Amino acid sequence: MVERRPWLDLLAHAVMVLGLLIVAFPLYLAFVASTHTAQDILQAPMPLLPGAHLWDNYAAALTGQGGGAGSNAPVARMMWISLVTALVITFGKITISLLSAFALVYFQFPFRSLFFWAIFITLMLPVEVRIGPTYQVVSDLGMLNSYAGLTVPLIASATATFLFRQFFLTVPDELLEAARMDGAGPMRFFKDILLPLSTTSIAALFVIQFIYGWNQYLWPLLATTSEDMYPVVVGIKRMIAGGDSGNEWNIVMATAILAMLPPAVVVVFMQRWFIKGLVDTEK
Amino acid sequence: MAAEKRVFFQSTWLPWALLAPQLVIVSVFFFWPAGQALVQSLQEQDAFGLSVNWVGLDNFKTLLSDSAYLESFKTTAVFSILVAVLGIALSLGLAVFADRIVRGALAYRTMLIVPYAVAPAVAGVLWVFMFSPSIGVVSYALSHSIGFEWNHLLNSTHAMALIVTAAVWKQISYNFLFFLAGMQSIPKSLIEAAAMDGARPWRRFWTIQFPLLSPTTFFLLVINMVYAFFDTFAIIDATTHGGPGRDTVILVYKVYQDGFKGGDIGGAAAQSVILMLVVVAMTVFQFRYIEKKVNY
Repeated sequence: MVERRPWLDLLAHAVMVLGLLIVAFPLYLAFVASTHTAQDILQAPMPLLPGAHLWDNYAAALTGQGGGAGSNAPVARMMWISLVTALVITFGKITISLLSAFALVYFQFPFRSLFFWAIFITLMLPVEVRIGPTYQVVSDLGMLNSYAGLTVPLIASATATFLFRQFFLTVPDELLEAARMDGAGPMRFFKDILLPLSTTSIAALFVIQFIYGWNQYLWPLLATTSEDMYPVVVGIKRMIAGGDSGNEWNIVMATAILAMLPPAVVVVFMQRWFIKGLVDTEK
Repeated sequence: MAAEKRVFFQSTWLPWALLAPQLVIVSVFFFWPAGQALVQSLQEQDAFGLSVNWVGLDNFKTLLSDSAYLESFKTTAVFSILVAVLGIALSLGLAVFADRIVRGALAYRTMLIVPYAVAPAVAGVLWVFMFSPSIGVVSYALSHSIGFEWNHLLNSTHAMALIVTAAVWKQISYNFLFFLAGMQSIPKSLIEAAAMDGARPWRRFWTIQFPLLSPTTFFLLVINMVYAFFDTFAIIDATTHGGPGRDTVILVYKVYQDGFKGGDIGGAAAQSVILMLVVVAMTVFQFRYIEKKVNY
């Protein structure tokens, strides 16, 4: 600190606490609502302290025993779909990008810069922009309502390739020369030298891609039509139907808490890599 | 950007094998659909998909003379500017105070990054629950304390305020992290020198920290605009459905409405092409203009 200003320090804490209260209030309210009965919530104002129905509500949500007006599919199944989707997107993207970044940085071959640009132009256009034609391609390939349909189109972007390329370029050339002198081939070099050096970047990308995959909404909304292939983020929206009174808000909010738990845990516990990865990727 | 390598591996087939998976996926799920969007934007299909005619730029002409489309452009502009400006201002404020705090900084940061992990659709559900005119806690408090009747189902200003709030809430973590990293990379000696010259914290912020943060601010401005354009689809679908009327239909929502609900494939493709141009323009602006001009 540059100088002592006790009042300013106090003000700083006050502002942060106020900011946190505003940021955390929707989350707190969702938790409170998930511990009451549907009737308690409908009688405005709803209680602001946790109630006694926590286990009932979560059990009902997970097994699909809610009686609301919207969809009542079991949330346990949705969580499973979300988990598989997010993990396939994460590992698929990381694997594919590691390989192609390795090829782009460590080899010279014809049309290299053409491929470079072909891959990097995908950075520009998010899936939302080309949603209609992508849907047609996936439906022509018979991939609707499948894990492949949910994941592969989202793997088609170059964020991770870009980060790995940037990182590989900073790896000293001497390592490659030393490896070659010791008789190591390209794949040996990749496995024994490049991969161990990349663990931090891989961890950072894991966090970013896991959250990206878990939180997808528009694409799964189109690519799935059957209830047992909904990821939880789509499922929760389908639980809400029309008016307020027809919905079992306690079950909806229990689902909301369940839906944000895995990505929140990943972000909070891996925040060191996450922040590093975020600030490095984008800049 | 770091320099290219000076030494390479020699192999005629290995680089192709390594590139193949990414190239296949990118061609099938990126270039083919993007090309299709371009072709379809020049065609017209009948409702049953039986006949296809080439219509040149007619789809674009129809769009640009369609008042609903122009209205949606305006809605998107208002929405994304509000989201970007409010989100940046609030998180800059938080970052400035967080930078002063030594004890407990990690705890504050941990709490503030949680909204980043919340899916936009879930964020929409949380906010619509708080502001629901009949059961929402906040709308109840507004009506019983100051007599303000909140109803985003009927009032389009309220609807816009609701989606802006939800979108800003979700994006605060991201902006905050970048501003905090930016603040912490400003050399302490600059601040100390100014303090010795008698500049108080308020003055130091406006004359030193704020100007030095301007690359971060401009970067976040573009990122937030792109976020508001594309990633907020789920927020709108979970809160207002584009209503009341069509007052919160942003461009991406309209592509979805027209193409998937309305069956107007040519029109939706033309809208996609216009959106692509918007993103490309924003990205080029970010890389060419901002990276060069804003440098201290």
